Amino acid sequence: MDPSRVDFPPGPAGAPMDTMTMLDIRNLHARIDDREILKGLDLTLNAGEVHAIMGPNGSGKSTLSYVLAGKDDYEVTEGTATLDGEDLLEMEPDARAAAGLFLAFQYPIEIPGVANMTFLRTALNAQRKARGEAEISTPDFLRLVKEKASDLGISQEMLRRGVNVGFSGGEKKRNEILQMSILEPKLCILDETDSGLDIDALKIVAQGVNALRSPKRAMLVITHYQRLLDHIVPDVVHVMHQGRIVRSGGKELALELEASGYAAYGDAA
Amino acid sequence: MTTDIRTLRTSGEEAFAQAAEARLAAEPTQGRIGELRRAAASAFAEHGLPTRRVEEWKYTDLRAAVREAPPLAGEVTASAEAEAGLRAIAFPGTERVLFVNGAYGRGASHLGRLPAGVSAVPLAAALASGSPLLDRIGGLAPQRYDAALALNTAMLREGLVIHVSAGARVETPIHIAHVFTADAPLSTFTRMLVVVEEGAQVAFIESHQGPDGIAYQANAATEFYVGDGAHVDLIRVQEEGDRALHLATLVVDMGRDVAFHAFQLATGAATARLSLYGRFSGSGSHAGIRGVNLLAARQHGDVTMVLDHAVPHCESRELFKTVLKDESHGVFQGKIIVRPDAQKTDGRMMSQSLLLGEFAQMDNKPELEIFADDVQCGHGATAGALDDDLLFYLLSRGIPRPDAEVLLVQAFVGEAVEYVEQEDLREALMARIVERLGKAG
Amino acid sequence: MPAVQETVERVRAIDVDQYKYGFTTDIESELAPKGLDESTVRFISAKKNEPEWMLEWRLDAFRRWLTMREPTWARVSYPKIDFQDLYYYAAPKAKAGPKSIDEIDPEILKTYEKLGIPLRERDALLGIESSGGSKVAVDAVFDSVSVATTFKAELAKAGVIFCSISEAIREHPELVKQYLGSVVPVSDNFYATLNSAVFSDGSFVYVPKGVRCPMELSTYFRINEKNTGQFERTLIIADEGAYVSYLEGCTAPQRDENQLHAAVVELVALKDAEIKYSTVQNWYPGDAEGKGGIYNFVTKRGDCRGDNSKIAWTQVETGSAITWKYPSCILRGDNSQGEFYSIAISNGYQQVDSGTKMIHLGKNTSSRIISKGIAAGHSENTYRGLVSAHRRATGARNFTNCDSLLIGDKCGAHTVPYIEANNSSAMFEHEATTSKISDDQKFYCLQRGLSEEEAVALIVNGFVKDVLQQLPMEFAVEAQKLIAVSLEGSVG
Repeated sequence: MDPSRVDFPPGPAGAPMDTMTMLDIRNLHARIDDREILKGLDLTLNAGEVHAIMGPNGSGKSTLSYVLAGKDDYEVTEGTATLDGEDLLEMEPDARAAAGLFLAFQYPIEIPGVANMTFLRTALNAQRKARGEAEISTPDFLRLVKEKASDLGISQEMLRRGVNVGFSGGEKKRNEILQMSILEPKLCILDETDSGLDIDALKIVAQGVNALRSPKRAMLVITHYQRLLDHIVPDVVHVMHQGRIVRSGGKELALELEASGYAAYGDAA
Repeated sequence: MTTDIRTLRTSGEEAFAQAAEARLAAEPTQGRIGELRRAAASAFAEHGLPTRRVEEWKYTDLRAAVREAPPLAGEVTASAEAEAGLRAIAFPGTERVLFVNGAYGRGASHLGRLPAGVSAVPLAAALASGSPLLDRIGGLAPQRYDAALALNTAMLREGLVIHVSAGARVETPIHIAHVFTADAPLSTFTRMLVVVEEGAQVAFIESHQGPDGIAYQANAATEFYVGDGAHVDLIRVQEEGDRALHLATLVVDMGRDVAFHAFQLATGAATARLSLYGRFSGSGSHAGIRGVNLLAARQHGDVTMVLDHAVPHCESRELFKTVLKDESHGVFQGKIIVRPDAQKTDGRMMSQSLLLGEFAQMDNKPELEIFADDVQCGHGATAGALDDDLLFYLLSRGIPRPDAEVLLVQAFVGEAVEYVEQEDLREALMARIVERLGKAG
Repeated sequence: MPAVQETVERVRAIDVDQYKYGFTTDIESELAPKGLDESTVRFISAKKNEPEWMLEWRLDAFRRWLTMREPTWARVSYPKIDFQDLYYYAAPKAKAGPKSIDEIDPEILKTYEKLGIPLRERDALLGIESSGGSKVAVDAVFDSVSVATTFKAELAKAGVIFCSISEAIREHPELVKQYLGSVVPVSDNFYATLNSAVFSDGSFVYVPKGVRCPMELSTYFRINEKNTGQFERTLIIADEGAYVSYLEGCTAPQRDENQLHAAVVELVALKDAEIKYSTVQNWYPGDAEGKGGIYNFVTKRGDCRGDNSKIAWTQVETGSAITWKYPSCILRGDNSQGEFYSIAISNGYQQVDSGTKMIHLGKNTSSRIISKGIAAGHSENTYRGLVSAHRRATGARNFTNCDSLLIGDKCGAHTVPYIEANNSSAMFEHEATTSKISDDQKFYCLQRGLSEEEAVALIVNGFVKDVLQQLPMEFAVEAQKLIAVSLEGSVG
């Protein structure tokens, strides 16, 4: 992986250059239907950092990833979220993607009838176009996909099939990482990427993710278990509970949680 | 329901009844064909056009669509023929027979160039010469009165009689192109009789096109006799003008071990109806009937079919995809009948629709009528908007909403197009679909 | 598998061709003269001491009925009914209305005992202890007049009105006036209009605001008098936030002549209210040659009138020679829900044409249809249903699953769904299958020692499980027995 290939649009004019802040979330409140899930969440990620968010089921981890990616079902009632100073919450989901936000889904969607290759190419060109870049040429695209796919052990046959259709759980997750490595986002959100993976699949996925680590890229790894963090080692670990970050620390915090569980946070909020 | 109240006739109904009588009087036909036509004309005079109380026409108001009867089309001129030849869809690698305003286009069709094993004679010529094949015409009429078919039979004059000899392997698809070129409304009636002998293999394309803005009426009926072991593909492309009425009837009789594959792409006409009657009369046969309806504005598109499993060990598969924009109205009615002795029947029918316009409307009526116990039959129907989760996934990968929608609609209809066996035809159809989706915006 | 064992024993215990409830009760009846004209309507109304407005309502219905024709669209055939050759009113001869159970004809009580309806006062006072320990209130309808009502005191305490419709017309005219005919209009259809003119009796339930009815309400119907049309009328109203579960079950004695039954059931659920209506119908289906049997032409409809209201119909239909029945929901209130769970079993020469209508009018309404049809013998079994979403019914949702099972090659199973989506936010899913009992499944059971009939009963019970689960416990057990009994003789 050559980090120099990562080509970011310039930040907003006048943005202070001394800050490395990429994702900045302040007092974020969000609800689905009438239920408030995020209750004043604060989080800051700098370029080059990998943060992990851990927390019990129902603490709002997946909600956070959907809210950042802009899923319709969630309503933000308060707070801000910016990516390189740009207001994420004002953007359509496709604009957020073009701005460099990538969500690796916990449950990747199957799209029958849309070939994986077609999908990848359409997405890549749409993002390039949104950034004012030229479309990728067919030979370049094929070369790019071939290289990335073989790194992740994705066969040509899987590329020809409908997006995620008939893929096993592990194949779906690898396919998410393939998309990530081709679209080259600046902020990667990995939502429970380890769920449903055996140890071998987990290693392949983690290798793919680690290959994408770069000083210009930030990652937010959402997970329930510590084991993913053995393979993708975070700089910071946050504990999320009842819609807020209740504790932050180094990677040793994950080990502590593994040992003591989340029970201690029962009344933390 | 029995009712004493006589429905008032529309002026269109009256005019067509009279036109049928006049045509019969003008060309006194003897023998079987004459009887057939007179019976059809008197059936139409008696029953007329169906009201919406007639179950088969519950969702399509044919009386409203046929308030007026445009005059019958006359002779085809050389200039019209030339124009039609230019407008007709060019499917590469096919042989074309042209019908212009419902009449056979002699100059633009090359019946002599048809591939070996296929012979075709214009219906008018066959009627004049008394072709023995004509004994089969009208032989497959559905049991219940069908107004469109009755009128087509009463008006019997223009069309094509096609014969495919036993064992013939016809590689080149035969394209029967119907092009409307007149600048004023006309009524056209065309009839095809297709007899495919044992073990033959052949593909047909039937296309219908016409200009927007003209309220012409096209009534096209086809009878297919598919002999034992034959393999027949039929692709219909219906791209009539936006004010046209398109009434199509397709009657198919399948012998033993037949493979019959039909696909319809319908994007045109103000009101369109395809009535398909398929009957298995020999065991071991397979019918695959699929289609895509792309409707926009206030278009009304109706596909109604009856698959009659009269014998054991036959298989039928139906898949129809309807995409509805604006205030368009789609109809799918499909009935699978399994007769008492038709054991081991396997029938699957599916109608799926995408409601894209806020006031788009889809009526589904899939029916099963089963009289044998050792069968596997099922049907399904869905109606709904684009799946939000799919859409979000595409958006989250940076694909803008309009592109994402087109991609999903393409994938949705692609599942039906996929069944067209010929790759180049499949691609040609997909290209027309993509163009249409883009155009209807 | 104790339930299965019970089914199996039940099948064994019953003689083929011996309809379990095929006995008649010998008691005196009071009949209206045969035939139908305005004087019959006046006679019925007078017999029931009805107020003038009720008589006018009936007469209006009768005049409309004269202009109507019998519907012919259903897939059923039967000899033409001579409506002048029927009796329209039969009441057990009684004194001026029973004051206590002691006054009730012992013959009637004996009949109920045979049917397993504990109606003796002691039982009534103690309540019927079912396996779940819950109580059931029985308002028994014997022919056309309610002869006894139990549990009145406890229901009254909760403010629930549960009485015969005749009593309701006298005691609660304001409620009857407001709601009767408001769901099934007088001229809705031929049979409903006939019912409106001549209905004899039926049940009335009113559950006041915020009240959860303390027990399951239950009615057992029987048809007893020879050549008597049976025209029940039921009206159930759940006021805002109320809940009620109503059970209807019925058996009928064996007869040679066909008997006409044309009931009307109206349900009204106001804001946040919920009504569950469960039916087990096992009227006499006719003999092995298809002779006799009940004609069941019934109109059942629920109106989810208020927001967030819910109506669920569950039916187990095994009886009657002809069933013409479409319990429906009008989803008028926003977020209202309609459900229809049905098991329809036909054997012998029975003809069933049944299904439901889900009419989506309000916003974000949802409906669910699970229908299991089983055809055996020479029977015809049709599911006919309508799901429609109005133009303004945004967010309408429906899921329909209708499966048919054929046992034997002389029967027919048909599916006729109408699915009409008139706006883009509707989401409708419909699936239907027809199949037979798989030879593999049957062989597996036989190899484990079940007889063929036992195997069929077992497999069929599995096939209908989704619906049985919707029934209240007391009913589910009875229904399961009934399924086995009604399939008897279908194998081989």
